[in-house]
Amino acid sequence: MNMQVAERERLSMSSQHAGQPVTRNDSANHELSIRVRDLNLWYGQSQALKNINLDIFQKNVTALIGPSGCGKSTFLRCLNRMNDLIPGVRTEGLVEMDGRDVNAAKMDEVALRRRVGMVFQKPNPFPKSIFENVAYAPRMHDMVSRKAEQDELVEQALRDAGLWNEVKDKLQQPGTSLSGGQQQRLCIARAIAVKPDVILMDEPTSALDPISTATIEDLMDKLKKQFTIVTVTHNMQQAARVADYTAFFHLGEVIEYNDTRMMFSNPHTKKAEDYITGRYG
Amino acid sequence: MSQSFDDISAQLKRRHRKSSRLKWISMGALGLAGLFLVLFFADMLSKGLPAFQQAYIEVELDYNEDAQRMGRAALDPEVSRLVSRSFERLIPGMLRDDPGLIGTTEQRWVLADSEVDQYLKGHRSRLSEDERETVDELVESGRLELQFNTTFFTEGDSKMPERAGILAAAVGTVMTMLVTLAIAFPIGVMTAVYLEEFAPDNRFTQLIEININNLAAIPSILFGLLGLAIFINFFGVPRSSALVGGMTLALMTLPVIIIATRTALRSVPDSIRHAAFGVGCSRWQVVRDHVLPLATPGIMTGSIIGLAQAMGETAPLIIIGMVAFIPDVGASFTNASTVLPAQIFTWAGEPERAFVEKTAGGILVLLSILIALNAAAVVLRKKFERRW
Repeated sequence: MNMQVAERERLSMSSQHAGQPVTRNDSANHELSIRVRDLNLWYGQSQALKNINLDIFQKNVTALIGPSGCGKSTFLRCLNRMNDLIPGVRTEGLVEMDGRDVNAAKMDEVALRRRVGMVFQKPNPFPKSIFENVAYAPRMHDMVSRKAEQDELVEQALRDAGLWNEVKDKLQQPGTSLSGGQQQRLCIARAIAVKPDVILMDEPTSALDPISTATIEDLMDKLKKQFTIVTVTHNMQQAARVADYTAFFHLGEVIEYNDTRMMFSNPHTKKAEDYITGRYG
Repeated sequence: MSQSFDDISAQLKRRHRKSSRLKWISMGALGLAGLFLVLFFADMLSKGLPAFQQAYIEVELDYNEDAQRMGRAALDPEVSRLVSRSFERLIPGMLRDDPGLIGTTEQRWVLADSEVDQYLKGHRSRLSEDERETVDELVESGRLELQFNTTFFTEGDSKMPERAGILAAAVGTVMTMLVTLAIAFPIGVMTAVYLEEFAPDNRFTQLIEININNLAAIPSILFGLLGLAIFINFFGVPRSSALVGGMTLALMTLPVIIIATRTALRSVPDSIRHAAFGVGCSRWQVVRDHVLPLATPGIMTGSIIGLAQAMGETAPLIIIGMVAFIPDVGASFTNASTVLPAQIFTWAGEPERAFVEKTAGGILVLLSILIALNAAAVVLRKKFERRW
């Protein structure tokens, strides 16, 4: 009886505050990083995202979960306009960062991607040296002027990515000579070297072994002190371990956006509960 | 009911026979192709290698007054028939340049006449019986012999086969190829970069793509007609020049380079592009810093093969006047010049027996260059081949 009343209250809450999580995570930061409103996306004729509303908070890990083809990766790519590279994609709605619409004609996608970095599913270091992998982007963006500055920045990025001790003696070796997990951390170092605000991670551990996965998860926990992290994952345990907030996607819609602990202990919607308890996915 | 192994084997026998028959047929085809190749090379080598040797004769030169007007006067009448007339014609000039020589004598090895050369090599020769005897005596006494033919590599074409060389054609080929490369490489690579990395995929770009592919299949003589009509008649580029030849061959090489470059660009995995876009590269930076360096070996290989193809081309050059008698090494890109295959074509039409070996020798030189170029392409590809 009481439960039903509470349920109804929460539902009305969520409809009033579109994009807000159902339950607040009191240990999380709540300064707004990216605000998404009524976002729709079509691949040609087929609609992949439907009326997405989501507030992503700064210096948190936000996990996007859901069955295959639910649109979570597509949504992630909306945040730094990587979908622009795919022919036939059309988006409508608002993705706002710092009070600016990232899809506006005035917005330069190069500027956007400098502030919103990305780590991909399969580690994809440049076929250049480890040093060059990290140093390339800061140099390109004129962030460093002297050699010493550049060395310092590379070392800091590799330290932050937890890779420095493993590679400091072989910085001139090709990035592709590292193991898969090291390559992925190199890609993270490459992303944080340009000092972005947000790092997008598209299933960053799905191609890695369990030990490398654990290393990356620890790293995400450390990195959220400096960066806002949005990660797509197929692995629900991973979302439960690393994320402050979790959004559950299904057929292109956000079914539930909730405090991670609540999402996995007491999901608000039936669909999320079915997915989390393994009834489909 | 299941079948026993024996039943199945009996059925399989026919299939096995068929496959072994196919195997033998294909091996036979390969053997036949190999045989033709061996025959071709054996023929070329046996005909062409003698071209790298030439008969030289040691004569006593008496620089008397008459030799200033007629070179033959400097020679003993008995051997003058055996000496190349091209050398005799040089004597008055030598005396004009250095009058101090007049009244002196000199022992010297000079080019022998091509009839002597052919006789020594055992070919048909128009020497008379007396002359053959003289030649035999001279060989006996060591004053007439076959030596390495430097003239072949240091002279241009000549109507006298003993003096005909391929230097003019080789220099012409180098200059023509420089022009071809300078035009076709940048245009071809940039066209491919645009089509592959920048252009939207629509009807218009598809139409361009189909036409580029068709261009690669157009008979090369049509490019010669195009070069004649546009470069020579419209723009007034000097005909027979390395410049117009290079421009015409560039038209022919362009589609090859475009197609090779597009293939090389397409083989660069998209993950590299995504990584570069992800760190905030503009499209041009993605191409310049990441895609092009990875595609370079493929582009180089394709360009070298395109160039090798252009280097062996004769048909379009006939029309723009590069198949001609060119005795002098071209001094500039606008001078009349010829190229190796055109030189071979010219020699093949000469009536003298001695030109047969010049023709084959020219083919050997051209083939060696082409094989070297293709080997360079293979080495480049192997050396820079990358795995992701």
